[in-house]
Amino acid sequence: MKKVEKMQKSRKRGIRMSSDRVAFNVMGYLLVLLFGLACLIPFYLIFISSFASESALLRDGYQMIPSEFSLESYRWVFRNPTRILYSYRNTIFVTVTGTCLSIVLATMTGYVLSRKDFPWRNAFALFFFFTTLFSGGMVPWYILCTKYLGFKNNYLGMIMPMAFSVWNMIISKNFMKSIPFDIVESAKMDGANDFWIYVRLMMPLSKPLLATLGLFSALGYWNDWYNSMLFITNKDMQSLQYFLQEMLSSIEALKQLVAKGEMNAVMYETVPQAGMKMAMTCVVTGPIIFLYPVIQRHFVKGLTVGAVKG
Amino acid sequence: MRVIKNFVKQVRRNKILLLMLLPAIAYVIVFSYIPMGGIIVAFKRFSFSKGFLGSPWCGLENFRFLFISDKLWPLMRNTLLYNAAFITVGMVMEVGFAIIINELGSKWFKKVFQSFMFLPFFISWVVVIAIVDAIFGYDSGIINQVLQSLGLEKFNIYVNAAPWPFLLVFFKAWKQTGYGSIVYLAAISGMDQEIVDAAEIDGANIWQRIRYITIPSLKPTIIIMMLLAIGNIFRGDFGMFYQLIGNNSVLLEVGDILDLYIYRAMVSSSNLGMASAAGFYQSILCFFTIIAANWMVKKYDPDYSLF
Repeated sequence: MKKVEKMQKSRKRGIRMSSDRVAFNVMGYLLVLLFGLACLIPFYLIFISSFASESALLRDGYQMIPSEFSLESYRWVFRNPTRILYSYRNTIFVTVTGTCLSIVLATMTGYVLSRKDFPWRNAFALFFFFTTLFSGGMVPWYILCTKYLGFKNNYLGMIMPMAFSVWNMIISKNFMKSIPFDIVESAKMDGANDFWIYVRLMMPLSKPLLATLGLFSALGYWNDWYNSMLFITNKDMQSLQYFLQEMLSSIEALKQLVAKGEMNAVMYETVPQAGMKMAMTCVVTGPIIFLYPVIQRHFVKGLTVGAVKG
Repeated sequence: MRVIKNFVKQVRRNKILLLMLLPAIAYVIVFSYIPMGGIIVAFKRFSFSKGFLGSPWCGLENFRFLFISDKLWPLMRNTLLYNAAFITVGMVMEVGFAIIINELGSKWFKKVFQSFMFLPFFISWVVVIAIVDAIFGYDSGIINQVLQSLGLEKFNIYVNAAPWPFLLVFFKAWKQTGYGSIVYLAAISGMDQEIVDAAEIDGANIWQRIRYITIPSLKPTIIIMMLLAIGNIFRGDFGMFYQLIGNNSVLLEVGDILDLYIYRAMVSSSNLGMASAAGFYQSILCFFTIIAANWMVKKYDPDYSLF
């Protein structure tokens, strides 16, 4: 016992490290350092380049420290901010509605399937789980959504496709299984009905679960460009990410954005493309990066909430 | 009669629970089971105006087109090989970094760098386009600036397919590693610390401890994550391939996968039946791989299987 304590102490103080420990630490710190920087630097590069002047970008390209700072990229981005604001509005609306919906669907279903006294829970679990094993593919789904459900140019087209995830349901089910069943039984004894138990008992006890599911789906909705690409042709209804994609992949779109209405050849040419791309990316990604410290803490905690196994 | 009576009684007793299931059941029927039935499109000459049921049948014509076109095999191979590379590289990096992070002493260093590694998980593939542009772009990308200042010729990554397989694997690992390693870190923290201490007293060095204690204790997690990944080995990461490869015909030579092909066939709308046939084919492949993978794991050890 003494030896263990001594060792733990020495490990803590870092004295008398054996040679294999030294080798491991050198390698370990180095690898983490390199990969961590590889993850961070692209973000830094985009951020700092959005504040570079266009002439500096044209002359020296993107640099870790731009030779000349300027706010001109942002001035151009917000010259005609209607579409950015619309996209922001759309994405916020879709994210909030979609996240609420997906939390309710996942937890409510998970709750029923977690109830030990629900006689058909295994049959229903299989009914849901089977959809993760086999699917009809993208094409029939797309036909269904556009021809029969009317998702073309409809906010539902951005909300519904991600509103229910079987994995989230399984996570909810596993989480609620870990809540002692006696609570449910005694509440039933007191005459509470099943829905009431879900709302007043299970939900307050499942806060870590709600945080995790909420963050996962909010992130999914916020980053979604796919459904916007499939269903939305009306430019005022596009999501933020799809809007960004359009700007990044076509310089013409970028130019049209600023030169709309007041097109004149000179101005058309002076649109600072390189800087604007970076500024747009910052405008779109900003909220996530700002919320990042909060989000990350919950994510790490929440990831271990419910094991995946069905 | 008794059975029916019992059943009715059961339904009545559980009616609130059943009602609570209803929204999700309706959702899954509409968005999963009806599209499954929609597979009939693969056997039809589909026209949008006539819909699922009204379009005329055409037997296996769509499948014949698909197999004759000689496209299927390279697409399948690409999808399979990319996913195999993603799974292997991803697994090594995730497990590796989880082990390293767990062993390192400095708390603040771990915290700071873990949050850096986590960062790419939070952005969409769209933002990665901007990153590729800033690093590899022809006019102002960092790499080309360096090449130029060294007096070398600039390299246009958008017309050279060769580096893309590596770039795709790199970006996939870049985006997933931080997030993926969390799962393994959680598994490591659940490990019995006494065994580790005992091994240390017995003179095991750090490499031996990792080799004989940490990695074996991660085995269940590794197998389950592997199984989940292998089940989708014929389903490519559409978001990534669409954003990074997209419609660039040069890059498509090395970076075309089943999902991209199906999507192109679908939006060009020339032949929805054939697109659907390709999708059906992919679904069948996925279904049988997950069943086979699960069966094999179950044979090895039932505790590790998915279902």
